[in-house]
Amino acid sequence: MPDLLIELFSEEMPARMQPRARDDLRKLVTDGLVEAGLTYGHAAAFSTPRRLVLALQGLTKESPTLREERKGPKTDAPEKAIEGFLRSTGLSLEQLEIRDDKKGQVYFAVTERAGRPAAEIVADVLEKTIRNFPWPKSMRWGSGSLRWVRPLHSILCILTDEAGAEVVPLDVDGITSGDTTRGHRFMAPGVIRVTGFDDYTAKLKAAKVVLDQDERAAAIWHDAQQMAFARGLEVVEDKGLLAEVAGLVECPVALMGAIAEDFLGLPPEVLQTSMKEHQKFFSVKNPKTGRIEGFVTVANRETADHGETILKGNLKVLSARLSDAKFFWENDLRTVKTEGLEGMGAGLANVTFHNKLGSQGARVERIEALAREIAPVVGASPDLAAESARVAKSDLRSEMVYEFPELQGIMGRYYAKSANLPEAVADACRDHYAPLGPSDDVPSEPVSVAVALADKIDTLTGFWAIDEKPTGSKDPYALRRAALGVIRLVLANNLRANLAKWFEKANSATDTADLLAFFHDRLKVFLRDQGIRHDVIDAVLAMAGNDDLTLVVKRAEALSDFLKTEDGENLIQGFKRANNILTQAEEKDGVEYSFGADPKFAEGDEERALFAALDAAEAAIAPAQQSEDFAAVMAEMAKLRAPIDAFFTAVQINADNEILRRNRLNLLSRIRQICLSVADLTKLEG
Amino acid sequence: MSKPAAPRSFQEIILRLQAYWASKGCAVLQPYDMEVGAGTFHPATTLRALGSRPWAAAYVQPSRRPTDGRYGENPNRLQHYYQYQVLIKPSPPDLQELYLGSLAAIGIDLDLHDIRFVEDDWESPTLGAWGLGWEVWCDGMEVSQFTYFQQVGGHDCEPVSGELTYGLERLAMYVLGIDHVMDMPFNDPSSPIALKYGDVFRQTEREYSRWNFDQADTAMLLSHFEDAEAECERILAADDTDAAGRRIVMAHPAYDQCIKASHLFNLLDARGVISVTERQAYIGRVRALAKKCADAFVTTEAGGGA
Repeated sequence: MPDLLIELFSEEMPARMQPRARDDLRKLVTDGLVEAGLTYGHAAAFSTPRRLVLALQGLTKESPTLREERKGPKTDAPEKAIEGFLRSTGLSLEQLEIRDDKKGQVYFAVTERAGRPAAEIVADVLEKTIRNFPWPKSMRWGSGSLRWVRPLHSILCILTDEAGAEVVPLDVDGITSGDTTRGHRFMAPGVIRVTGFDDYTAKLKAAKVVLDQDERAAAIWHDAQQMAFARGLEVVEDKGLLAEVAGLVECPVALMGAIAEDFLGLPPEVLQTSMKEHQKFFSVKNPKTGRIEGFVTVANRETADHGETILKGNLKVLSARLSDAKFFWENDLRTVKTEGLEGMGAGLANVTFHNKLGSQGARVERIEALAREIAPVVGASPDLAAESARVAKSDLRSEMVYEFPELQGIMGRYYAKSANLPEAVADACRDHYAPLGPSDDVPSEPVSVAVALADKIDTLTGFWAIDEKPTGSKDPYALRRAALGVIRLVLANNLRANLAKWFEKANSATDTADLLAFFHDRLKVFLRDQGIRHDVIDAVLAMAGNDDLTLVVKRAEALSDFLKTEDGENLIQGFKRANNILTQAEEKDGVEYSFGADPKFAEGDEERALFAALDAAEAAIAPAQQSEDFAAVMAEMAKLRAPIDAFFTAVQINADNEILRRNRLNLLSRIRQICLSVADLTKLEG
Repeated sequence: MSKPAAPRSFQEIILRLQAYWASKGCAVLQPYDMEVGAGTFHPATTLRALGSRPWAAAYVQPSRRPTDGRYGENPNRLQHYYQYQVLIKPSPPDLQELYLGSLAAIGIDLDLHDIRFVEDDWESPTLGAWGLGWEVWCDGMEVSQFTYFQQVGGHDCEPVSGELTYGLERLAMYVLGIDHVMDMPFNDPSSPIALKYGDVFRQTEREYSRWNFDQADTAMLLSHFEDAEAECERILAADDTDAAGRRIVMAHPAYDQCIKASHLFNLLDARGVISVTERQAYIGRVRALAKKCADAFVTTEAGGGA
């Protein structure tokens, strides 16, 4: 069984595209080979900036012969029919077989498709893969029409078995396959001939190329930590940056440098962001002070001076960048000092938020009004919430955030503190964007919560009012994220509020019901992830007060737990049975059986017991509902299970005596009423 | 092969680039005689990237970015600076190696420095142009832009041109080890009259910064913009055939007006009279002109269409 090695050697591929490209290469090639009848043992894909590599072990030598039989017309069928069959099979009359069938003699076409050698199939599949590779962005070069992420220079494609390596012949727009590659661009640019995967990785390593991206990442991380440790410092972990940097180098060499004293006064977030965004440096922290004091940069080569020149150059660039950052920081502080944080944001009035939703300034005014409204509900001072909302977006006008948009909020907090604003206001400046990602922390400080809610609700109601809702995969204004943010803020802080009222306050042109339905969809997704069935949520959402998400979730959790018990499961069945019988009878009779049943018509013990149980349940459930003790409600419901089951077993509802029948239907109606007071159980599945 | 000695002045770096690219077969052109924001605007790039005819040119292009003016005080920012531009069509397979050779030629020791090609896709909304490529880093410093043109003026580039752009001041400061652009030796420091960059440009940076930011007559600039736009359209709408019966499409004169409109827009932008929404509209108007000029150029002989 041969092994297959493919290397697509190109000019530098973007680091961010490499993980997807590795997966795509592996999937496209293996799927193609399997579809053509080959099997393989193991597949692994690798990438460096200049190569995309696939190594397959244990590929079958050829695809199996395929035998295909097709039944044709009878031998005495009209000539036209037989001709048509010959045409469709590509055979001549003599090649057909004649077999006996129930109805007489019938023509059969038997074709055999011979197996194909692996090399032939690999060549076909690889060419197709290259021509149809799903790069997020691709290009042409020179005079050709082939597309690749950057110019493709060579294709290495060999099959290796005990007898040796064999090139799989292939030609894609003039690029012919071979068994050669090249080493590191600067340190070993010569041609390398390889005979198999192990030989390939070993020769690359000798040519200063580490093929495996994970190996490069591990080496970078190890070296960086070692260097930092040796000086009593530690590297700030950043997995995204590590993967990116590993995708930028073939021969990683970590180099550590110190940040000049001048810049140590900058906020650590500024140092970190500037170094990461502009130069892809790791930050190095002093664990004693928490300050960022150094950096690690990763070069793509070894040098005779052990990286001294490279480090010097990087330091120089860093120093220029940090001088800029310091300049912005000092200018911003000066602005805050002379004009206040609100003054810094004055220019927001001239910045368009959305052409149908006015300026950022107008947005800030809306958020301020809404935050004031929301504040009492979340336990915040309305004045503080309003003050926070007024300045929370001011940093968007700072030079620092203009340069580093990802520092929005973080800078706001620094500038609020420098303006001597209350701590709660400063925190709100930073935290009102949260939560962004699904695993972000949710603010709990009341003022931050008020502004965070107001910000998101203003955005949602605004875009709803101008009919810019998310559709399918398109959500350019991140409205799903905003809605999830509101949901998490409400739930995590146990807030009791009617969202619909806030929506109306925020924007009277909003279709509140539609926006609420959107929230309910998001809530379902959120609760599903927490193990609550969607039909349980539907049953709860059908109740009044469904814009109070905390209430909805309390109910849903209680119901969900209840349904997991045997009593719950059976009670639902009892309810459904009662409901079905009742609904059918009501339809048939054209009346509604809701007069209340009379216990004097009860005949047996079981029927009397049900009366008693329902009386007890009604008496206990009402106050528990009132106090929103849904666990107690469910416990009371559970007590109904036995009497209901016993009732159905012993009593015939549709009695011949019309008075008894009506009374029993009215009794069922009481069951239904009690059950529906908890949730719309008709929505439950199963 | 011995490595070239370190250059000693700004002009020496320019001269070495000229010599290098000349030796690689490029026609060394002179700057375009109009105000442009970048070397790409030179018709030797914008228009010659279009059509099927092979092309290889290199040139220095003085470039103006009014909003970047800092009165000559900022160590790196200038409202007038130089770009070195190379355009080769079709892009040769060894363009990266050729490029690296140019770095060696200006004294960057490739054995000691870390040169990297970092993803950076280029787009010019005003020219309706885009391409894929990299910014080239030398020890973390961006020293060039390297682009394979895919579209210019809305036309697919067939064949594809390879474009290299060097920001000369920044590159030279790096090579010469200078921290403030105005301190950079312009000619050889041992010349009888040694001139620094500041001796040549500090005065003009101050004057233009003031004019760009405070003094340029916006009403006049606006009407010039309208005039340039109208003239560009008029030129292109003219009959292909002149009075003597010759077919002469006037793509280049029309394109001059497009360049003019673009620079006027930049000046208006620096004066702060263009709002965010208007900005897009102005860029769209310049792009519309660029596209029409490209449409016209590809019907000419040089554009491979006649």
